Amino acid sequence: MSNRYELNKNLAQMLKGGVIMDVTTPEQAKIAEAAGACAVMALERIPADIRAAGGVSRMSDPKMIKGIQQAVSIPVMAKCRIGHFAEAQILQAIEIDYIDESEVLSPADDKYHIDKTKFDVPFVCGAKDLGEALRRINEGASMIRTKGEPGTGDVVQAVRHMRMMQAEIRRIGSMSEDELFDAAKQLQVPYELVQYVHENKKLPVVNFAAGGVATPADAALMMQLGAEGVFVGSGIFKSGNPEKRAAAIVKAVTNYRDAELLAELSEDLGEAMVGINEQEIALLMAERGK
Amino acid sequence: MKIAVLALQGAFIEHEKMLAKLGVSTVELRQKSDLEQTFDGLVIPGGESTVQGKLLRELDLYDGLKERIERGLPVFGTCAGMILLAKQIENDQRVHFATMDIVVKRNAYGRQLGSFYRACEFQGIGTIPMTFIRAPYIERVFGGAEVLATCEGKIVAARQKNQLVTSFHPELNEDLSVHRYFLDMIEHNQ
Repeated sequence: MSNRYELNKNLAQMLKGGVIMDVTTPEQAKIAEAAGACAVMALERIPADIRAAGGVSRMSDPKMIKGIQQAVSIPVMAKCRIGHFAEAQILQAIEIDYIDESEVLSPADDKYHIDKTKFDVPFVCGAKDLGEALRRINEGASMIRTKGEPGTGDVVQAVRHMRMMQAEIRRIGSMSEDELFDAAKQLQVPYELVQYVHENKKLPVVNFAAGGVATPADAALMMQLGAEGVFVGSGIFKSGNPEKRAAAIVKAVTNYRDAELLAELSEDLGEAMVGINEQEIALLMAERGK
Repeated sequence: MKIAVLALQGAFIEHEKMLAKLGVSTVELRQKSDLEQTFDGLVIPGGESTVQGKLLRELDLYDGLKERIERGLPVFGTCAGMILLAKQIENDQRVHFATMDIVVKRNAYGRQLGSFYRACEFQGIGTIPMTFIRAPYIERVFGGAEVLATCEGKIVAARQKNQLVTSFHPELNEDLSVHRYFLDMIEHNQ
């Protein structure tokens, strides 16, 4: 792999143990940075509003993204549609720090993801299981996150995806070497990636949790399940007290095993986002792009 | 020998792995009670300095660590860790431990597209791999700080008695020499 790919994986390593927050304005970006976000995701509408508004959801206005780049000193990420390499080219042209090829937006291609090896900027992609994660890595993703179910405030899918991924990693890790060839075939990924997982008992890139994280307890749960950091989308700016909740989630990710501290952090955060249960939603974003 | 690694956010596990390869055990510092352990040196890893600086204060680690550094605890800061030790940050009002006579510039090479890899000379070690990720560099040293490495005309490593800083990430490459240099500092400190 190229030097650039290594550097892009390295940036994800620097984000570990941190919280990446969705923001829609420079003001929100500043609040997120002050609350301890290690990066922000610039987008016009947070997933809960995308869900409410319906219709086709696209890459954000570059002017809006640039405004956020001006406002903060931490890395700025932005989303493009699955398979929409022209949107990705535009995001690269404005020197975005990370592109999220995201199922939160309407997919532009129902068969092919972006060939991410053609880009100099890094990509993060969502995955529900090990096969999806390794396929995205094979296409050039330098960071993975669970898909979860964005904009719901319901953590059940993020948990399901993280548990699935970890269980499959353990399964590959315990295989004998001659079983890896078939595992590669089943997962529809190159043998070398399966071999890496077998030897290292982890993905070859950093793996964050995303989708439905709304409380410090949710963040701690995902960290204890093996996430290396957390994305929080609608959970912060759809809640009663964004500053306080954001800061509490940041501290919960650092001290995710300290229940006493988590109890303290969970106190008096104001109203959490209302949320929608999995059974109540018509559109499963996690089913986009496999 | 035991080394504490500040584990608030960032690439702290990478440092722990490097130190393990050198046969040194580590403890993670995540909150005030972790300071009750004894340790002979401190590593401040790469990550986001804004996050680490805030958590240092809010999790009550700041005073205890600053005092130890001022009393001579050997400390090694990489990237964000270097920013936390600098007395002056050219493009930021906030300073953190402010124990080292260096002026640094954050995100000095620009955004992620400006991240790069080079092999450059490190004083007393030789040519080593250097990985720069949205890195800062040292604008200038003053007082007791001395330059240990420059790369493409910029100062990227410095030392002041018990304090060692690099703007690059030795923990991201296989080369153990900068970590070994830090262990030597600790041994001469005892």
